[in-house]
Amino acid sequence: MWRWLHPYAKPEVVYHLLGRWQPWLSITAALTLGLGIVWGLVFAPADYQQGDSYRIIFVHVPTAMFSMSLYIALAIAAFVGRVWQLKMADWGLAAIAPVGLTFTFISLVTGAIWGKPMWGTWWEWDARLTSQLILFFLYVGVLALYHAFSDQRNGAKAAGILAMVGVINIPIIRYSVEWWNTLHQGATLTVFERPPMATSMLIPLLVSILGFGLLAGALIVQRMRNEILRQELRRPWVKHVLNQDRATELSKTEQA
Amino acid sequence: MVFDNLQAFIAMGGYGFYVWLAFGISFAAIAVLVISGLTARRKLQREFVKEQRRQERLAQRKREVS
Repeated sequence: MWRWLHPYAKPEVVYHLLGRWQPWLSITAALTLGLGIVWGLVFAPADYQQGDSYRIIFVHVPTAMFSMSLYIALAIAAFVGRVWQLKMADWGLAAIAPVGLTFTFISLVTGAIWGKPMWGTWWEWDARLTSQLILFFLYVGVLALYHAFSDQRNGAKAAGILAMVGVINIPIIRYSVEWWNTLHQGATLTVFERPPMATSMLIPLLVSILGFGLLAGALIVQRMRNEILRQELRRPWVKHVLNQDRATELSKTEQA
Repeated sequence: MVFDNLQAFIAMGGYGFYVWLAFGISFAAIAVLVISGLTARRKLQREFVKEQRRQERLAQRKREVS
């Protein structure tokens, strides 16, 4: 009986579990990110070389970091979906890719805006910038393939293969600043060394990183729940959930 | 607070244009992401209600015919 029940019960359980996490994740994300950004903009001291322009770091570094780790998560989801035929892992592609795409976009744009006053150019075809641009197009490709097929499973399969192949780009981005001569500076934060950055700047940066991580989590949870509903739209439990939503909405409009 | 007044904060030591452009675009991109997630949910809801009404109409027509 469990074998029969298993595939039907699971998306519903996950939907409700994520529903319990979602408000907490959203609130902590908003608070942490707000704290990190305000701290970075208002209370962190100006840089002795770059002045106040360095404050872009509080958006640039967190989004760039998570643009890469989200891609790794995307590739893992694709791998699990292919190897164990887990449809929820496939749906995870649709939840993670838009968030990763937006973070990559932000890292590229803030990088360009930071580059203009510091390097004298918005864009340079050097290794770090180009490989990050390729990451952007990989996300676009994964999303486009996912939604390009009338049969959802084929779309997830094609998108998953691209996601797995594209993971080769991640070490290239990571080590591009060491392998090639580039305009871009080396990594500021590494796991084992004390970062060459004043504590008064480092702490708000770490808070920002935590905030962007929580934001990514909250957004992925939101999109995963939408995707579960979309994929299971004809199942009774989804009808029940949506009927309840409709009822609360109706009672709200009646009160107003 | 490292800025003396609001003007100094907005000016960002002469880099105001770049700093606020970067933060503005980032904020806008995240807002688009949040809103698109919310509207997707609402769209599902609307589709569901439409489908529900269609089913009701079909059922009613079936009753009328028989």
